[in-house]
Amino acid sequence: MSLEKLLVISAALFCCGLYAILTRRNAVAVLMGVELVLNAASINFVAFSHYVSRVIGGQIFAIFVIVLAAAEAAVALAIFLRLYATTGTVEVDTADHLKG
Amino acid sequence: MIRYAHFIPLLPLAAYFINIAVGRRLPRKGDWVSLGAIGIGLAISIGIFHEVFQAYDPNFKYHVVFPWLDLGGRFVLKAGILIDNVTAVMLVVVCTVSFLVHLFSVGYMHGDPRYSRFFAYLSIFSFSMLGLVLSDSFFFIYIFWELVGLSSYLLIGFWFEKKSAADACKKAFVVNRVGDFGFLLGFLLLFATTGVVGYDEVFQAIREGKIEGTLLTLAGIGIFCGAIGKSAQFPLHVWLPDAMEGPTPVSALIHAATMVAAGVYLVGRVYPIFTPDAFLVIAYIGLITLFISATIALAATDIKKVLAYSTCSQLGYMIMGLGVGGYTAGLAHLTTHAAFKACLFLGSGSVIHAVHTQEITEMGGLWKKMKITAVTFIVATLAIAGVPGFSGFYSKDMILGAALEFGMRNPQHILLFAGALFTAGLTAFYMFRLVILTFFGKPRDHHKYDHAHESPANMWVPLVILAGLSFSFWYSGWFGTLVQKPASAIPVVSAAAHGGVPAAAAAHPAPGATHGAAGVHESAPQAKPHEPASAPPAGEHGAEASHDAHLAHTAHRYAMFSSVGVGTLGIALAFVVYWFGWIDPEKVASSCRPVHTFLRNKWYFDELYEATVIGGTKALSRAMGWFDNNVVDGLVNLVAQIGVWVSWLIGKFDNYVVDGAVNGVADVTIGSGSFFRRFQTGKLYHYVYVLAGGVIIIYLVKVF
Repeated sequence: MSLEKLLVISAALFCCGLYAILTRRNAVAVLMGVELVLNAASINFVAFSHYVSRVIGGQIFAIFVIVLAAAEAAVALAIFLRLYATTGTVEVDTADHLKG
Repeated sequence: MIRYAHFIPLLPLAAYFINIAVGRRLPRKGDWVSLGAIGIGLAISIGIFHEVFQAYDPNFKYHVVFPWLDLGGRFVLKAGILIDNVTAVMLVVVCTVSFLVHLFSVGYMHGDPRYSRFFAYLSIFSFSMLGLVLSDSFFFIYIFWELVGLSSYLLIGFWFEKKSAADACKKAFVVNRVGDFGFLLGFLLLFATTGVVGYDEVFQAIREGKIEGTLLTLAGIGIFCGAIGKSAQFPLHVWLPDAMEGPTPVSALIHAATMVAAGVYLVGRVYPIFTPDAFLVIAYIGLITLFISATIALAATDIKKVLAYSTCSQLGYMIMGLGVGGYTAGLAHLTTHAAFKACLFLGSGSVIHAVHTQEITEMGGLWKKMKITAVTFIVATLAIAGVPGFSGFYSKDMILGAALEFGMRNPQHILLFAGALFTAGLTAFYMFRLVILTFFGKPRDHHKYDHAHESPANMWVPLVILAGLSFSFWYSGWFGTLVQKPASAIPVVSAAAHGGVPAAAAAHPAPGATHGAAGVHESAPQAKPHEPASAPPAGEHGAEASHDAHLAHTAHRYAMFSSVGVGTLGIALAFVVYWFGWIDPEKVASSCRPVHTFLRNKWYFDELYEATVIGGTKALSRAMGWFDNNVVDGLVNLVAQIGVWVSWLIGKFDNYVVDGAVNGVADVTIGSGSFFRRFQTGKLYHYVYVLAGGVIIIYLVKVF
């Protein structure tokens, strides 16, 4: 395994996540896309930590990101629940109250 | 006594303030305050006169000076009291007449609603006049001069409800201002050239030649203009007859004895500054005045108007007397005239009080009703007509003598004597006409005659006193010695041409054999001041002096005979016309109708002034008004109009440009806002597209 391969995997994962965010209308699917993007970033942290900096900081940062993602998912799902309670749907197109 | 001289004017001033402030609440409405003030003044004046008389020194002089205004050390304005023989005489004259007028007014003004105010005005007038007499500089005499003008304005217009009185006081004031302006110019001319204001200092400056020639003549004539105004000389005499609208005591006080005398006093006071040319102007002004006024008096029928014009005429005599070099003569006539004219005026007041009319055509036969008034009036008339033994004879004769002497020396000016002599006859005629029409003959208005009565004692006592003072023995002798002509301040070179002429004339105290010797004696020392150190040898000088004295003596003898003759002729004519009725005055009047009308209309002076001076002023005012209305206002309106136009333009600019800019900014903001709001869709994936697009752009930028 080399750094380049890991980076390619990470970039592919990032693109999948981004694609999900851009194309999906369901808020939960969008959230899942966000999780993919976060994991792609975490792979980068670990890969650079292992191959370039040689210190453990990057891997610790990946753990932080996982924790953060869990917290984020909790908060986001709570928001989706309130959204569903108010509008009866979790389609992101309907949640455009911040439109100028 | 002379130490208390400053009280003489100050007491009446205090009386004025007391009466004007609390006069109405005082017992007797405060008349005793004014009366007491002037009474004490009279006592002090008599005391001063007594001391002066005791000294019997022609050069007596008492001069107190104190700094009044210190202009930072560069110029100190000094106030002072100057008493010499002339002042002492004038003080007694003014105080006496003023006191008697006060006394007379107690009866005459009884019951007037503004009684205490009248006495206040009398007091302020006395204050001004006495201050004028006592002042020692041109500056202070000018101040008091104006004060006299003011107080005469108040007194003449005392019955201001009457339109004629209100007009008369305005006229008096305005006409006097004209003369005063000349006075001011003359005074300023002297001040500008010499830098001093005191009489003595100015005289000294003239002696040093700081001002001379034409300029000095002009200054002298300027100052004489003040006298023309106050002493009612031609051409400013028009105010005096109108001023008879005031209460009769006021006429007596102002127009007979004091205020009009101020002009004569002024000329006498500043005598040394006049150049020969100025003297000539003075003499001719006097001649014109005395002749014109006498002719007007011939045709007047108002008792006070006759007296007013006779005052003008007598003042003309004084001025002419001073002008021809008869310094003593002019001032003597001033003194004697004050007494007999005050007597005449108060006598006319007594008559008016009795019959309530001023027209002599409505009087007649009052002799039986008012013996005291009639007798005193006749005595004063004899005095003014110049009958020997009375004071008017003494003084008028000196003037005629001086005029004749001047005429003998300068034959081209003999007209001065001729005119004055002729007018002396006129004076006797019109005064006796007045007396006969008023007191004798049959009563022409029985209603008024029946109501006539003798006036109360406080009115006839002053008459008796003044009539008593109309005899010549009070004046002859000492007057000529004490009141001698001051040395001219004009330096010798220019004085020599004129010098000798007035010198001997002034020294001559009285005409006639009794005083002739004294005249010769006195002229010698008198001539000295005119020819100081550089004088010719003593013998020549003595011969010249004796020649002068001889000439003067001759002149006075001829003058006396001719004046007595002319006076008698005038009196006789008056008797022929009005007593015996041999000549009907109506026929004379109708046969020379134009002349009579001319005289009745007072030579049309009022009309002339109305047409020229007043009309000119009005025309000028109208022109100024037109200019103001059209040009000045037009200019102002044009400026305003331009302002309106500019404002309109600015308003448009404001509305369209400035507001347009402001609105434009707002519009652009709104437009751009509504343009940019379209990017804020609120759709999450739009933002993410932008985010991703941005990242790609940054990547591309980094790569290339």
